[in-house]
Amino acid sequence: MSMKISTRQVDGVTILDLGGRITLGEGSVQLRDSVRDLLGKGHKKILLNLGDVNYIDSSGIGELVSAYTTVRNQGGELKLLNLTRKVHDLLQITKLYTVFDVKDDEASAIASYAHA
Amino acid sequence: MTGQQASRVTYTLDSSLDSVNKVEQTAEQLARKAGVDEDDIFRISMAVREAAVNAVLHGNAYDPDKRMTASFENTGSSLVIRITDEGKGLDPSTLPDPLAPENLLRGSGRGIFLIRSFMDEVHFRQLHPGTELTLIKHLGTAPTGA
Repeated sequence: MSMKISTRQVDGVTILDLGGRITLGEGSVQLRDSVRDLLGKGHKKILLNLGDVNYIDSSGIGELVSAYTTVRNQGGELKLLNLTRKVHDLLQITKLYTVFDVKDDEASAIASYAHA
Repeated sequence: MTGQQASRVTYTLDSSLDSVNKVEQTAEQLARKAGVDEDDIFRISMAVREAAVNAVLHGNAYDPDKRMTASFENTGSSLVIRITDEGKGLDPSTLPDPLAPENLLRGSGRGIFLIRSFMDEVHFRQLHPGTELTLIKHLGTAPTGA
């Protein structure tokens, strides 16, 4: 039921591979803690791979938004990768699809980050 | 605790996330049994989950002395789900529009909007104390919300 989360680094970008559910009391807190942990370590180029996220509720959507604004406020970039159709539809309905930078290819997503 | 009348089943539950998950799963089973397609099963179970979260989190504030009730009914023409809480009450007209530009980046406030997007009818009733949400999905109609 809960969310699985693993982290890897590719060309200076931290990719969080998420799977399962991002919902109130389940994945939301894990996502928040993971992003805060990365920012604390100075990792500000973050790519959330949502390819295996099969369910997200309004709390999870809110957590994505909070992660996005938290990273941005610290001078970083948070982008989304591999949205499932359900998550894509939810971001469309909530008008967040155009807020997030959404990618569907990992290599081009990594290349899209500003390289200082 | 379970009560049954005709085809309606009602649960009285404590104010916990376990209750939210139980209500969500029951809604999914109701929709699946009614022959609803997969997209609408997702929409219905998500709307009901959001209503249960509202009841437990915003209504009852996880108060162990307060209960949520959830009733599920297939009338033959519609799926009717009612969720009640014992909180302070909810006036939906006071909720900010989550699609307004100034609210887009808020970390919360999308639950009722999603419920309305995914169900055919949503009714609020004040219980003094508490709120009753009635969620209705008409059977045999085109999917909505996407």
